[in-house]
Amino acid sequence: MLQRVVRSTVIDAPIDRVWAVIRDFNSHDRWHEVVERSRIEGTDRSDQVGCVRAFTLKDGHFIREQLIALDEREHRSTYCIVEATVPLRRYVATVTLKPVTDGNRTFWHWESTFATPPGQERELREMVAAGVYEAGFENLRRFLQRGGDHGAAGAAAGSFPAALPVPCRRICVRAYGEPAVLVPENGEAPPPGPGEVRLRQRAIGVNYLDVYLRRGRMPAMMPVEAGRPGTPGMEAAGTVLDVGEGVHGLLPGDRVAAIGPVPGAYASVRSVPVAWVLPLPPEVDDDVAAALLLKGLTADCLLHDLAPVRAGTRLLVHAAAGGVGLVLCAWASSLGATVIGTVSSEEKARLARAHGCEHVIVTRDHRFADAVQRLGGADVIVDGLGDAARDENFAALARRGHWISLGQATGPLAALSPDQLVAKSATFSRPVVFDYVASRPELLRRAARVWSALADGRIRRPVIERHALDAAAEAHARLESRATTGSLVLLA
Amino acid sequence: MIRVYVSSVIDASADTVWARIRDFNGLPLWHPAIADSRIENQEPADRVGCIRHFHTRDGGMIRERLLALSDYDYACTYEILESPMGVAQYVATLKLTPITDGGRTFAEWSAEFECAEGREGELTEGIGGGVFQAGFDALKRHFGRR
Repeated sequence: MLQRVVRSTVIDAPIDRVWAVIRDFNSHDRWHEVVERSRIEGTDRSDQVGCVRAFTLKDGHFIREQLIALDEREHRSTYCIVEATVPLRRYVATVTLKPVTDGNRTFWHWESTFATPPGQERELREMVAAGVYEAGFENLRRFLQRGGDHGAAGAAAGSFPAALPVPCRRICVRAYGEPAVLVPENGEAPPPGPGEVRLRQRAIGVNYLDVYLRRGRMPAMMPVEAGRPGTPGMEAAGTVLDVGEGVHGLLPGDRVAAIGPVPGAYASVRSVPVAWVLPLPPEVDDDVAAALLLKGLTADCLLHDLAPVRAGTRLLVHAAAGGVGLVLCAWASSLGATVIGTVSSEEKARLARAHGCEHVIVTRDHRFADAVQRLGGADVIVDGLGDAARDENFAALARRGHWISLGQATGPLAALSPDQLVAKSATFSRPVVFDYVASRPELLRRAARVWSALADGRIRRPVIERHALDAAAEAHARLESRATTGSLVLLA
Repeated sequence: MIRVYVSSVIDASADTVWARIRDFNGLPLWHPAIADSRIENQEPADRVGCIRHFHTRDGGMIRERLLALSDYDYACTYEILESPMGVAQYVATLKLTPITDGGRTFAEWSAEFECAEGREGELTEGIGGGVFQAGFDALKRHFGRR
């Protein structure tokens, strides 16, 4: 009678990471402690169906096994023993992985059937179940935890013992004011608390919001008190150092980005809630992620939720050559919109045009309404200018137009009365992008749309101006001078 | 064909979880989004082919036919006959697998369906999050969470 053994577990890592190890038929001597040595016979590759691996076990036994099925879609590998010094006959085993979507973990199912010499059934069942399968679960778990599948990156992560503070560099604001208040200091990043992920940040995105925080325009968001400096910054990309209790699906060495509603990103190491963390596709570099994440998510909300843009929509984008501006120009034009942009110089006009902005208005004094009305008026305005352009924006709006106030570079908008809107049957909104990525599934879904738009060219690779983290003051001065094009990124 | 797949880990044995969800007429007992349920024509709830007729808490009426039930595989497959969701050829499967490590349960809930173009995201999120994951969350609360 055939014996049957089934064992299963849950591994705290995403399925792609577990599968990358399991699908390699020659990987066991790197992670399974009973296997001393593994090699593939002949010149076959280790994912070639039909290949044979020769195992030498630590206890001196010798086993040859053949891969008889490999299924990338079902994450399934089936193999049999062709020759062994242990008395397992007609042994066929199958490993199947399934994603645990709740927590981004992996369900691992390992089963086999085999025959044994009479009287050895129980002994051999237990040897397979505990000695091979359950031991394998534990061994692979530890292998992934120490980043064994990541090579150098994992080794580096492993050199920081978990649950200890890690030295870090961060930008501190001890009094609101001009760029010079951004002062780099040495500090310590405490270990991640429950539900937190500690990140080694390599690229940090600079946004105009950071300028408002530094100037003290939003003291509730970034308080600055004696002995308790504020650190600006909403987004960064890098790798996972370690995770706190209750965090699933992220391991040291994983490449991630983080974005959230509480500032603090201008730092080389910091802990954030797991809800802010998203894995990065391999083709998206750290500096590209930092340059694009908040700006891309903003564009995604604007174009898909707040003002659904269709073929023929006339979209007015201010600062069209800025970080958000360039993303909007490219993405909206790929949706068929007619993009009208304002910029402050001819050089920026060329850049905006190259990103799909059809009509570019060069103005340094916020005069654009007449030009926009000659094109039929704006169905949607994305406004980062604020009060100095308030009357011009209203004049530029088409009937039934939607005015989205995203920022206030020239100062807070004077009150707008509902009766003013009725004159144009207009709508006005003042969105905060973090409310549109408040749950992790929504964040992951929107970020996936941004990376996919980047991959297929609907948005261009961002134009990036890079500064060292220590030179944050210089980066802010550049951003406020209106001299920059594209996105600013701090490298830590 | 749109496919939705949600899976979770529940801290109870597959036998125990199955006992709570096996009853095709029992959704209101364990799923927070379901208000009431009855089986049409007074048929038994484990007769393959029977139709459950129920209301969601927001008032929607749904009729679903049991297509397969396996106490051996801990699995149940059903199709939607009538619903306000705007889906066609909707077939879903709820399946449990024992996790030998710790005596827990791996629970999978998946569906395939057709829908109008442009509604894929909204329906995927509503069904995957609002129905499947919400059901698993309720089971995790009920059985405690490891």
